[in-house]
Amino acid sequence: MQHVSAVREPLVTGGKTYHDVTQDVCRQVEAKPNIRWMAALSVALFFLGIFLYSVYRTLWYGIGEWGLNKTVGWAWDITNFVWWVGIGHAGTLISAVLLLFRQKWRSSINRAAEAMTIFAVICAAMFPVLHMGRPWLAYWVFPFQNTFGSLWVNFNSPLLWDVFAISTYFTVSLVFWYTGLVPDFATIRDRAKGPIAKVAYSLLSFGWTGSAKHWSRYETVSLILAGVSTPLVLSVHTIVSMDFATSVVPGWHTTIFPPYFVAGAIFSGFAMVLTLMLITRVVFKLEDYITLEHIALMNKIMMITGSIVGVAYITEFFIAWYSQVEFEQYAFINRATGPYWWAYAAMMTCNVITPQLVWIRKVRYSIPLTFILSIIVNIGMWFERFVIIVTSLHRDYLPSSWVMFSPTIIDIGIYVGTLGLFFTLFLLFAKFFPVINMAEVKTILKYTVDNGPTYTGVDPHANHGHQTTTHGVPANAPVNYNKHD
Amino acid sequence: MQESPKYWKGIEELESSPEFIKNAFNEFDYLPVSESHGSSDATVAPRRDFLKLMGFGIAAATLASCETPVRKAIPYLNKPQEVDPGIANFYASSYFNGSEYNSVLVKTREGRPIKLEGNPNSPVTRGGLSARAQASVLSLYDQSRLQNFTIKGKAAERAQVDREIMTKLAGTTGRIAIVSPTIISPSTKRAIAAFAGRYANTEHVQYDANSQSGILRANGGVLPSFDFSKADIIVSLAADFLGTWISPVEYAAQYITNRKVSADKKTMSRHYQFEPYFSLTGSNADVRVPVKPSEMGAITVELYNAIVGGGTASPRVAKAANDLKAHRGRSLVVSGSNSAAEQTLVAAINAALGNVGASVNTATPSMLRQGDDARMLRLIDDMNRGTVGAVIFYHANPAYDHPQADKVKSGLAKVPLTISFNEKADETGSLCTYGCPDHHYLESWNDFEPRRGSLSLAQPAISPLFATRQAQDSLLTWAGSNQSYYNFLRENWRGVLGAGNFQAAWDKAVHDGVATGTASPAPTPQMAPAMSVDQAVAAIASAPKPSGTELVLYEKVAIGNGCDANNPWLQELPDPVSKATWGNYVAVPRKMAEANKWEQGDVLKVTANGKAIELPVLVQPGQPAGSVSIAIGYGREKAGKVGNKVGANAYPLATVRDNALVYMTGVTLEKTGATSPIAQTQTHHTIMDRKSVVQESTLAKYIENPKEVTEYDKIATPEGLEKPNKVSLWQDYEYKNHHWGMAIDLNSCIGCGSCVVGCQVENNVAVVGKQEVINRREMHWLRIDRYYSSDASKKDFATKGKLDTYAAMEDPSENPSVIFQPMLCQHCNHAPCETVCPVLATTHSSEGLNQMTYNRCVGTRYCANNCPYKVRRFNWFSYYSNEKFEDVNGHMFTDLGRMVLNPDVTVRARGVMEKCSFCVQRIQLGKLEAKKEKRRPMDGEVVTACAQSCPTQAIVFGDLRDPNSRVAQIWKREDGERAFKVIEAINAQPNITYLTKIRNVETKEVRNA
Repeated sequence: MQHVSAVREPLVTGGKTYHDVTQDVCRQVEAKPNIRWMAALSVALFFLGIFLYSVYRTLWYGIGEWGLNKTVGWAWDITNFVWWVGIGHAGTLISAVLLLFRQKWRSSINRAAEAMTIFAVICAAMFPVLHMGRPWLAYWVFPFQNTFGSLWVNFNSPLLWDVFAISTYFTVSLVFWYTGLVPDFATIRDRAKGPIAKVAYSLLSFGWTGSAKHWSRYETVSLILAGVSTPLVLSVHTIVSMDFATSVVPGWHTTIFPPYFVAGAIFSGFAMVLTLMLITRVVFKLEDYITLEHIALMNKIMMITGSIVGVAYITEFFIAWYSQVEFEQYAFINRATGPYWWAYAAMMTCNVITPQLVWIRKVRYSIPLTFILSIIVNIGMWFERFVIIVTSLHRDYLPSSWVMFSPTIIDIGIYVGTLGLFFTLFLLFAKFFPVINMAEVKTILKYTVDNGPTYTGVDPHANHGHQTTTHGVPANAPVNYNKHD
Repeated sequence: MQESPKYWKGIEELESSPEFIKNAFNEFDYLPVSESHGSSDATVAPRRDFLKLMGFGIAAATLASCETPVRKAIPYLNKPQEVDPGIANFYASSYFNGSEYNSVLVKTREGRPIKLEGNPNSPVTRGGLSARAQASVLSLYDQSRLQNFTIKGKAAERAQVDREIMTKLAGTTGRIAIVSPTIISPSTKRAIAAFAGRYANTEHVQYDANSQSGILRANGGVLPSFDFSKADIIVSLAADFLGTWISPVEYAAQYITNRKVSADKKTMSRHYQFEPYFSLTGSNADVRVPVKPSEMGAITVELYNAIVGGGTASPRVAKAANDLKAHRGRSLVVSGSNSAAEQTLVAAINAALGNVGASVNTATPSMLRQGDDARMLRLIDDMNRGTVGAVIFYHANPAYDHPQADKVKSGLAKVPLTISFNEKADETGSLCTYGCPDHHYLESWNDFEPRRGSLSLAQPAISPLFATRQAQDSLLTWAGSNQSYYNFLRENWRGVLGAGNFQAAWDKAVHDGVATGTASPAPTPQMAPAMSVDQAVAAIASAPKPSGTELVLYEKVAIGNGCDANNPWLQELPDPVSKATWGNYVAVPRKMAEANKWEQGDVLKVTANGKAIELPVLVQPGQPAGSVSIAIGYGREKAGKVGNKVGANAYPLATVRDNALVYMTGVTLEKTGATSPIAQTQTHHTIMDRKSVVQESTLAKYIENPKEVTEYDKIATPEGLEKPNKVSLWQDYEYKNHHWGMAIDLNSCIGCGSCVVGCQVENNVAVVGKQEVINRREMHWLRIDRYYSSDASKKDFATKGKLDTYAAMEDPSENPSVIFQPMLCQHCNHAPCETVCPVLATTHSSEGLNQMTYNRCVGTRYCANNCPYKVRRFNWFSYYSNEKFEDVNGHMFTDLGRMVLNPDVTVRARGVMEKCSFCVQRIQLGKLEAKKEKRRPMDGEVVTACAQSCPTQAIVFGDLRDPNSRVAQIWKREDGERAFKVIEAINAQPNITYLTKIRNVETKEVRNA
């Protein structure tokens, strides 16, 4: 245990004891699904159904079901792909980078953020596969021994780099996430009453006993994985950006893309984490663990990355002017003033202007405003990818091929469908897995420093039936450190 | 005798209690389900039977589905001597659809015609081939052709049909009329004469859907042949001689010989075009003057007055008149008008300029238009009067393509005997009692005389597919002759081929496809009398001038007069100027659209002469103010699945004046409120002043210094501005054997689209239909980009600012100049597509080709995105099995249609990328042929389909490693002068070089395309 200054605001409010943490987190795993969860899952499943239908149409009839054409070969598919990958970024950042920087406040949100990463990457991975003309041959992008003669993949192709980047990223994120889950699964296993739950959580917890050796290995693995995934935060979106940066399309062929994409990814990732956390903390009554301080901190990161992105937008224009390349110049003039000006305006407003409101303290501590802001940023980042992909492609070198792109119902179906897929996975996760890393949160309770409140054997929740704190301490009050039973 | 011992299975059996016996054969007694139902319904299967059957069924279905599907491939039992599987045979033949003539070579594989190529031996078409001729091979396999003889639409025995017809013909009291478009076959005319010999009252009525009766009338019944190569000044008065007028392939070849330039020959003809709509010819003119339809007559008179009358020329014709007068005997004036008066004046102008005998030849006239409007009109009247006893339609479809189609239909009802030789039960054929379908021309013997003295032959390239009979055979049969048309034809040719060894001469003629000599009878003068110049001037002056908006009807390059409307290749071939496919439209000038608040695609009700049609608006720059134009040839009702209901039929809007058809009239236009999008393959029309994409200059500048007509891209390096290929990320390829390359002369390309169809036929390119063209997913591997000039240019940046200038550059000029640029895979040496494919499906060959491996393609489309030329085409759907495409791409769905596919080229699967391969199958064939003879392929042996079909030789293909090849010569000769690579600065290093277009305009100023 470590020393924490007495004047430092506690990271977990409400004077929680170890037992409270366990109780609070395990409650929704063990309780019967509540009506709000059921309702949310129904909606998510409905959208998942839309996804499945749209995918069926795509696979059965072909990519022609989408709105693409001879000039615009990618549109919503890759927009969604980059959007989802970007969203996935915050998870890794929170779990790995913040761990390395010993940012303790990450403990209450890292589990959900990592889960979000994994589900977002799953959603993202749908698109590179589905956008293929012949997705049943998707495995050809792997450099495996084959019977096709001397065929090998093309190591020059950024799409191949994508395959490696995304699969590595997914694997590492999954392992990292799962490693963190093991002690918590063990806790649930130990408390489980039903036979299925017992078996299931026994299997999931890999025989965790909580011995010192286990904890030591756990810590080591977490650190190693954090070290491994930190470069991934930079590499994944760098490589995704190279899909565009290494091409010859004006508007894509830009050296600023790697940092710009990474910043954009963290930006959109934090927005999505905020969206989800704000809902989760209310639905599962976790206000003491995901506090206003968390929200404010995440708002700040969002604002900073948003500003980086804004600078990148302006730099692109500067370079277009500075290069004196007519195609490049026209690509950017067309972006801002051409037929897709509205997408560009949406992007600028949502990504550059609105996040600046976070400078105002009231805004960054306001839950409703933060929620709205996070949604706006998610929309803005979607438009950013749309602007980059579609407005660059639709008017490139030869004016004879200039076209407009408009999505079909199937394009829309697949996009909202992946939202359904995402939320289905997230809701299942939130119901059956501990949404907060109990083991780690326990290490940051302030009383671990001094003598904090301890478990008395009396379950305050059973007595009072509503959210209270141990021994009458109000939820938002600082802990009374002198209190001792 | 000892009983055999009996064994019991148990005590129960020994006892044989009634209970035991009851259950003895019921094994699963304890199950609640009984083995057999007590049901009296015999169809109810007992459970075990059901299970047995189900098991068998599953097993059988599994086994059956494991089996490889049977594909019928039957080897030759008796192999025809000349057919080797896998090796193509070529047969010379001739294409004539009633208006357009091409001498062709028919490529057959295993006995099936799969492609047509131009016959280089023909003195008329000189190896060129029009888009329509290219596409005609598909019409052979058209499912909607009549497959047997019919009586009142029902299939009938041929003998019975013959019997009934001969009986009725013998009993016919009234006139017998054979109605056809122009017939240029001397032997067919003799067959008709033989028929007329038997049935004395027979009249042969020829009429042309897009009539040129006026020029025949003005020239005493003959149509002079023209030679555009002998003209330094060409003035065309609405004659679309490069696209649709009389003999476009022939004229294009002539026209271009005088337009090609090089440092050694810095001269070219100057071409003036006065026209009421934007034609292909107008888009090639050096000076194009849009003229309202009603003023075309006045222009002709002004020109006549300026040249012959000696008066001062009006300003709009002054320059043309002065140029003409300065080039007497080296000029040519042509008019596309059907007005005899205008044609009389044009003939007088040519005579006055001394062009007769040079560029105008009346001694060997063209036979390609013989229609007589007056005769046809009289026949229609006679039919309605009931004085016609029998009428035979020979490829004529007046119930569709005659302005008086209504009267034709009502008249037909009054004719006792109606017979159709038409290949289909079309609008006219379906109204006839007897359908005696003719063979397709690829199944027929025939001869042709497109120009007096130039004969050609057609020979069958396949056995008749259906129970049809050649029309001439039908005529001969009914005439009571036992001779087959083949023998009849040979007999006629005895006179042509001379007295020597006839068989040898005949074999040579059949082999070559062409011969010299004449066999046609003397021309029949037109019914209406010729007129004097004064009468002509008076007639023009007195012609009614419509007030308000004027309409002109015109013919499109692909669809023509509508007889080939069921050909999907032609429907999908974009109009060279508007780039619209699948349907016609009202082309309106921009100002008119703005004034009336019409948007492109708004449906208008077009009313003229009491008849109305509905068509969408297309804003057409260069359309004269106050006028609109509509194409004929659309709106077919009974053309077949492809052509039916595409567009609207504009023929009824034509009028009749002075016994001649007039293709212009006053109209009223009303917005209906409906919209109907127009399927254009190009929706952005200006070049945005991107010089590095397509370049043009003026002749004056070229004469001054050929090295200054092309602006070359340069890149900045530490050593200063350099050629883009100075700096490269990639290593250059080394080509040890061949290096295939192409040169496209933008000065020679007239934009006709022949190469587009040629490529489509050669490479099994799918047709996608109207909706998919609207979705911008046409599959053409080769397209022709068309750019209009704009009034704005980059020079305006300083004065008007970039934003406004870019916006202004998107708008074409009111009367824009046009540049065409054939665009196909550039086979880049540093191909952007090759680096980005994750699975190496597109790679570079050792001969410089950018190859697409369909099998390996997973369809990420990254290559298409990264292609700066946007020439890659993705298979969005399964075009050969998705029912959505069954109507338009039907030939890939049926065994009959699939016969047209080129067996050397894969039909691409759904989800893979495809693109121009430089006809790699033809390259391979050329190399193998040479290898067999232990030599290298000679220049000209390996030719891509596009280069082969180009009537103007604008595309030259060959081996750049061979320093003597034409393409290598052009690359060398034009380097630093006209040769440029498209967007050279990105250093893709294409294997296609374009040559800057040179315009023979008066100024040195280059207008911004």
